[in-house]
Amino acid sequence: MREITTQDLENLAVGAAILGTGGGGDPFIGMVMAQQAIEEEGPVSLMDPDELEDEALVLPTAMMGAPTVMIEKIPEGMEAVRALRAEERMLGRKADATSPIECGGVNSQIPFAAAARAQLPVVDGDGMGRAFPELQMETFHVYGVSGTPAVVADERGAVVTIEARDNYQLEWIARGVTIRMGGHAMLVDYPMSGADFKRTAVRGTISMGIQIGEAVAGARKSGMHPVEAVCAATQDTIYGRGVVLFEGKVTDVERRTREGFAVGHALLQGLGDYEKSHLEVRFQNENLVAIRDGETIASVPDLICLLDSERATAVTTERLRYGQRVTAIGIPTPEIMRSAEALRVWGPEAFGYENLNFMPLEQRFAGYYRRYGVPKEKEKHLSTSPKA
Amino acid sequence: MRLGIDVGGTNTDAVILDEGNRLLAKCKTPDTDDVITGIEQAVSAVVQDADVDPKDITHAMLGTTQVTNAIIERRGLTRVGILRLGAPATKAIRPLAAWPEDLRDAVEGPASILPGGVEYDGRPISAFDETAVRDAVREMEDGIEAFAVSSVFSPVRDDDERRAAQIIREEAGEGKPISISSEIGSIGLLERENATVLNAAVTPVARRVVGAFEGALERLGISARLFLSQNDGTLMSLEYALRYPILTVACGPTNSIRGAAFLSGMSDAIVVDVGGTSTDVGVLAGGFPRESAVAVEIGGVQTNFRMPDLFSLGLGGGSIVRADGAAGVRIGPDSVGYALTEEALCFGGNTLTMTDIAVARGVAEIGEPDRVSVARELVDAAQERSRAMFEEAVDRVKTSAEEVPVIAVGGGSILFPDELTGVSRVHKPEHFEVANAVGAAIAQVSGTVDRVFSLAERSREDALEEARKTAFEDARRAGADEDSLEVVEIEEVPLAYLPGNAVRIKVKAAGRLKSYQGG
Repeated sequence: MREITTQDLENLAVGAAILGTGGGGDPFIGMVMAQQAIEEEGPVSLMDPDELEDEALVLPTAMMGAPTVMIEKIPEGMEAVRALRAEERMLGRKADATSPIECGGVNSQIPFAAAARAQLPVVDGDGMGRAFPELQMETFHVYGVSGTPAVVADERGAVVTIEARDNYQLEWIARGVTIRMGGHAMLVDYPMSGADFKRTAVRGTISMGIQIGEAVAGARKSGMHPVEAVCAATQDTIYGRGVVLFEGKVTDVERRTREGFAVGHALLQGLGDYEKSHLEVRFQNENLVAIRDGETIASVPDLICLLDSERATAVTTERLRYGQRVTAIGIPTPEIMRSAEALRVWGPEAFGYENLNFMPLEQRFAGYYRRYGVPKEKEKHLSTSPKA
Repeated sequence: MRLGIDVGGTNTDAVILDEGNRLLAKCKTPDTDDVITGIEQAVSAVVQDADVDPKDITHAMLGTTQVTNAIIERRGLTRVGILRLGAPATKAIRPLAAWPEDLRDAVEGPASILPGGVEYDGRPISAFDETAVRDAVREMEDGIEAFAVSSVFSPVRDDDERRAAQIIREEAGEGKPISISSEIGSIGLLERENATVLNAAVTPVARRVVGAFEGALERLGISARLFLSQNDGTLMSLEYALRYPILTVACGPTNSIRGAAFLSGMSDAIVVDVGGTSTDVGVLAGGFPRESAVAVEIGGVQTNFRMPDLFSLGLGGGSIVRADGAAGVRIGPDSVGYALTEEALCFGGNTLTMTDIAVARGVAEIGEPDRVSVARELVDAAQERSRAMFEEAVDRVKTSAEEVPVIAVGGGSILFPDELTGVSRVHKPEHFEVANAVGAAIAQVSGTVDRVFSLAERSREDALEEARKTAFEDARRAGADEDSLEVVEIEEVPLAYLPGNAVRIKVKAAGRLKSYQGG
């Protein structure tokens, strides 16, 4: 258990924007909400999953819908509490903790606002280990936890409970309800036991987000380049160290809306060590694939993050513009995100890249990872060298 | 005839243009502490120099940084009564939540979050509560001299803001300024509310500036129609400026971009304004400055009002040049600034500045060139380093990889090289040193709309047409001649994560001033 301060939330906002891999919504609004909730209600503690009793009840909280609407119609503050209470009534017992379902973007902060108001601790882990666009894209789903019964609540007191055939139908119905609630709403889904959380969650992602934010803020002081500091910040986590994929400037951005998603690509022209090289980053809200001079060098679910080359803050898909100096880094996703079942939900193929096989960053950049080391469970990737 | 005045950080500039937009006279004088003496000096100099009857000046335009400085220095601000409509939504974040403490202390008055506001498609969130608004205003103490009203999605529908403003007028009296968010900012409640509160807080500053501007011209026998420049390069009447003073905060760089456009006759280019300490690089697109796409911070507060997209570079005429072992040479970011005429080598001082480099290269004759004796290698290295810095700055603001023309203006533009990678041609137009005042003098009047439209039950063309009409009406109200109006900018942004086919449409229209044939 550690107490989360408003300063931690500032760092988390910086780190979660990076873990948003281009999407996830700007954490700023969520951060200010959480800070006000903590000022008014008192501190929130962050607990390690190992501190959870197996029989404990975890009710994850999140915002769902359009971040562009949320920056205008800011929440009331008690939506998530009403959703939590409704879920508790349905399940006939009290929640012991809440957690994020998504550690990238604005949803890294929402559980802290909810936890302060509902007097619950937040568990340090989530179901995506990054940002993804849909509710079934959760390790919870992949490893057998039901997303329902779920609750969607708005600022005026409307509370909609959802039972569904499966987690895909939950996504479909909850999305529709969210639109009728004015574009965004608060959500409780994947109610689960402490044992299930420990078994299925991507662990330590909130404290890692805070660490990344601290690395960005403190890099200059410690004489490190901020991009280097971001890469180093995940070294001792289940992710392992980040790797610089490319450094360059944005020369073209193409973006269009398809079924509510911002789909397109950005082209980067190399600078410094990457002079004469080109990088293409394809995205659907989040960055999915990075292709350097025609060769795929990173793909979903590994994290592809575009950072401001000087400050190492996240450059989101919405804010990509010609001329920006950006550094693309890859952060290897944890093993729990890479099982065959998991890749069926969010591997390259799930996003329409039919002929693209996922290859872990550790394998593609084996030399780099042999030098810096990888978490124990990832050592297997170092022995199989990439195709010539 | 038109009189353009620019009060910048160092100098007050004035120009007079005739009906054919020919420049008759120009003057550059140092700022004075009271500002107005500087204006009087500059204006009387150009009136004399042009040999015109003050009565023949029909329009006078002022661009000033007074409001900006008041916010940055937290001086002369008034406390603001704040109303936000949208409850129960938005209660999770109180007004002025992320402000720097010292600015909040200077500005924050009583604040209430009350029912009202609409969804993105215009449906009400909760019913406007007249009694609640009336009670909230009555409870505000007597010391409150200005009010700020914002409501959720007011860029879509502003009815509730207007009703609240009417109630404030009834309760607090006609004379007190009321700022309405839909007229100041765009989507993004916190940023728009911030800008609205700042707008209300600077009303005393605006009153002083406007009063002094009127007074100075009156003393000089000038009875012209008076205007202030705003951020987007167009003009507002003094009456409008008193209501929306915050819209002047970025007029300096805007006027230089517009002035550069006029002096060079171009409508699409990169504009580089080289000053004594720094260089601002902006984009001229369709005759107007390109606006910033991200929230702009002023005085430590996030706002989203209309501001030009600028890249600033610590390189100007007074930038200090030092030999540097590894890199060969280092330029700035420090500058001798005001003291150029004392500290630069060419003025008999001991500091090597970029102006001395220009003198050593023989491209400028300033002070006493003989005093500048610098090793050729250092001169060449400084020239190459500054070229690289300018190239990178220009490249950063470009919107495509194609070569673009550059217009160099400002007192320090002599430093700007004649050829750069990525640049098709460098223009250094006549009168470049007073581009700001020229920009103020030739400005047009504009109107904008920035709203979310739902295309579920209407065509895109229909929505665009409504947006165009609203922008024209806005421009007409600001004093534009209806027949000269044209659309200068259209931007459509589909809203991600919303399958309801919602689109944010932004249209800007501009035209020349009514009752004036030039421009």
